[in-house]
Amino acid sequence: MGGEVGEASPPITPAMHSAVALRGITKRFPGVVANDHVDFEAAEGEVHALLGENGAGKTTLSNILTGLYRADEGEVVLFGEPREFHSPRDALDAGIAMVHQHFRLVSPFTVAENIVLGDHRDVGRSFLLHQRTIERRVAELSKRFGLALDPRARIWQLSLGEQQRVEIVKALYRDARILILDEPTAVLTPQEADALFETIRAMADDGRTVIFISHKLHEVKAVADRVTVLRRGRSVATVHAAEATRRSLAAMMVGREIELGRREDDGRRAGDPVLVLEHVSGDGDRGRAALADVSFALCAGEIVAIAGVAGNGQRELAETVAGMRRATSGSIRANGRLLQSGDPRHAIATRIAYVPEDRLGTGVAPGLSIASNLVLKSYRSPPASRGPLLLLGRIRELAQRLMHNHDVRATSPDVPARQLSGGNLQKVVLAREFSGEPSVVVAASPTRGLDVAAIETVHTYLRDAAAQGVGVLLISEDLDEIFALADRILVMYEGAIVGERDAATATAEELGLLMAGGEEHG
Amino acid sequence: MNNSLLVVVIAQGIAYGTPLLYAALGELLAERSGVLNLGVEGMMLVGAVMGFWAVQRFHVTSPLALVGAIAVAALAGAAMAAIHAFLVITLRANQIVSGLALTIFAGVAGLSSYLGNDLNLARSPARHQFQAIFPKSWQDINAVGPILFGQSALVYASWVCVVLVALYLTRTRVGLNLRAVGESPAAADAMGIDVAGYRYAHTLVGGAFAGIGGATFSLSITPQWLAGLTQGAGWIAIALVIFAFWRPTLCLVGAYFFGAFTYLPFALQKYSWAPPPELAQSLPYVMTVLALVLVSSRAARLRFGAPSALGQPYVREER
Repeated sequence: MGGEVGEASPPITPAMHSAVALRGITKRFPGVVANDHVDFEAAEGEVHALLGENGAGKTTLSNILTGLYRADEGEVVLFGEPREFHSPRDALDAGIAMVHQHFRLVSPFTVAENIVLGDHRDVGRSFLLHQRTIERRVAELSKRFGLALDPRARIWQLSLGEQQRVEIVKALYRDARILILDEPTAVLTPQEADALFETIRAMADDGRTVIFISHKLHEVKAVADRVTVLRRGRSVATVHAAEATRRSLAAMMVGREIELGRREDDGRRAGDPVLVLEHVSGDGDRGRAALADVSFALCAGEIVAIAGVAGNGQRELAETVAGMRRATSGSIRANGRLLQSGDPRHAIATRIAYVPEDRLGTGVAPGLSIASNLVLKSYRSPPASRGPLLLLGRIRELAQRLMHNHDVRATSPDVPARQLSGGNLQKVVLAREFSGEPSVVVAASPTRGLDVAAIETVHTYLRDAAAQGVGVLLISEDLDEIFALADRILVMYEGAIVGERDAATATAEELGLLMAGGEEHG
Repeated sequence: MNNSLLVVVIAQGIAYGTPLLYAALGELLAERSGVLNLGVEGMMLVGAVMGFWAVQRFHVTSPLALVGAIAVAALAGAAMAAIHAFLVITLRANQIVSGLALTIFAGVAGLSSYLGNDLNLARSPARHQFQAIFPKSWQDINAVGPILFGQSALVYASWVCVVLVALYLTRTRVGLNLRAVGESPAAADAMGIDVAGYRYAHTLVGGAFAGIGGATFSLSITPQWLAGLTQGAGWIAIALVIFAFWRPTLCLVGAYFFGAFTYLPFALQKYSWAPPPELAQSLPYVMTVLALVLVSSRAARLRFGAPSALGQPYVREER
């Protein structure tokens, strides 16, 4: 495997000083080798991308670098010195900071409080908090790197883009020389992502090392100097970003050629409406309005995408359609039948399939076996049960068949769902949802956190479903995905649909503007 | 006695509220770190019996014996809390189950009564007890006297504790780190804060406070040792933390309110009218049920300002 593409890693030129080097890092977990003799080196002032599928070992590697895990073998060399980290604190003190995909912020705290948290150097050693001094330093830093922030704002008041800036300032405040950004653009609009790239460049120009973890190829091309590709726990290659193409990177990442780009016209036609929302409004978890007068229709054989920055009502919309959340007003019809609001069983009976955003929490019951999870929606009727009794043998057979058909890779149907990788887990969810012969599929961020191969599989499922006349409502923050799948694009902002575009003619720029709440012109 | 019923009830309310206040402050510290400790009642009972034992055994001057007894009570409470801490922090046991088990283990039918009976502590009065520390003339000042100057050293010390805990939480770095551990242990861990260490420390200090609260009964209020002398004060303390929105100053107000409510039947006896004793006895449990109902939904918890990670063990991302 992997012999076909650039094995040779370009050496660091003599002018560049190695900031961090990982040599022969191996980390084993029960049953898996997450990192298998991984080599990685990044120089001072370099933006170095770490590219790989999920399960390729990127997260494990960064957890070793930030002191969360300890490597079983291999060494971490920092500025020429071998180091050993016992905790995140050791790594932070050595100048390594990480911006996690899910922010590590304390939401009732102010920006300044979050930034000084755990600080134990210089001023930070003082027992009392010096609010003023801290706020002044935070303001200085955010100005220097173009990261506009109000030090006194509380985290819950900030947008995800702003929260990310807090995370970055937090790292800078701790004088991090090496910053690891884990999938930093997942929560950003295209414009915000561009601003982030500028900040990344500014930090690199300042002599810091930025390790950029991603599986979005164009971003890696846009921002990185060099790229290290990981596959199945091994470092496959290190290449200069300028010399690589998206296709060659993708091939290294997956180990074979894959399809990229916009969806081709496959000649399918939209049929009658299968899902009609009229003036639907609803509340979010904290009782604030989350959906504002949403109306649209989804037709059989059509893929409609809901675009928007996370937290603008998409999750609430998906849950309302799936019957998991009660609408405060308005009506939802599926296949001509009025949906009982807040009744998931009725939604299931009306053949609405739901692929939730939170795969592990909502999509499956993590502690139950794969087999149990596969019949979660169908156990009430034959063949899974007879009267009050579950037919366990039948369920097992059914599960084995579904696992075979859907290529779920696990040793047996009795394995708890929690142990599956993201891609396999999503296949379990898809297998269950599609076995109910749905007429509407609501897919909320169905590929978030999945690797390229799994993304391809999920996309194929959705395309095939549409080709068979299922109406697909795709909720996604990833414009690439939307362009690859959708016929029509609706943009959500603050709970309302603020624009509709034909996917064939829409541009990322105009969608980005709508997603950011910009005015619609024409 | 020219003091009105109101003054007496307030003054006694403060005295009777003091054990609640100590226990609530301790519980507050533990909960702010994310550890719910339902073992407060048990820790108070053990504190009460050990404190009383110490005061009977220490053959020194009265103040020294009392200080020593309080120290012993605090240590006993902390030792009990250490069991809880080990179970829920290291072994990640369910906090509710562990806390309840602790209270049952140490409670009226358990360790505290065994110790009290085994050490022959029942039916003998305390050799030393906490008494009013200000001169009689001050205490006789109308209205203000009994309330402000008629109290024991334990009451004044508790005021200092309230101020210290409040400042600790809002004005110090360690306090900020503590709140982060209770709100978002993952964020705290990522910033290099020792989550387990903070939880252990505050659960133990919380236990020490509960122990002192228990000793307040046996050395000041009762002042003797009886099996189950706290009569559910530990449960009120837990409810109090919730009703006080996890703020030390509100704990003080709430503790004195409950203290006054506890004392009220005694005050009314003089007027040959008394509410049925069952009412007062059931109060702790009614309050606990109400408080737990209040915080049982996540939305309500967040609205009331509960630490977000309260009751949840922290596990670094597992795979």
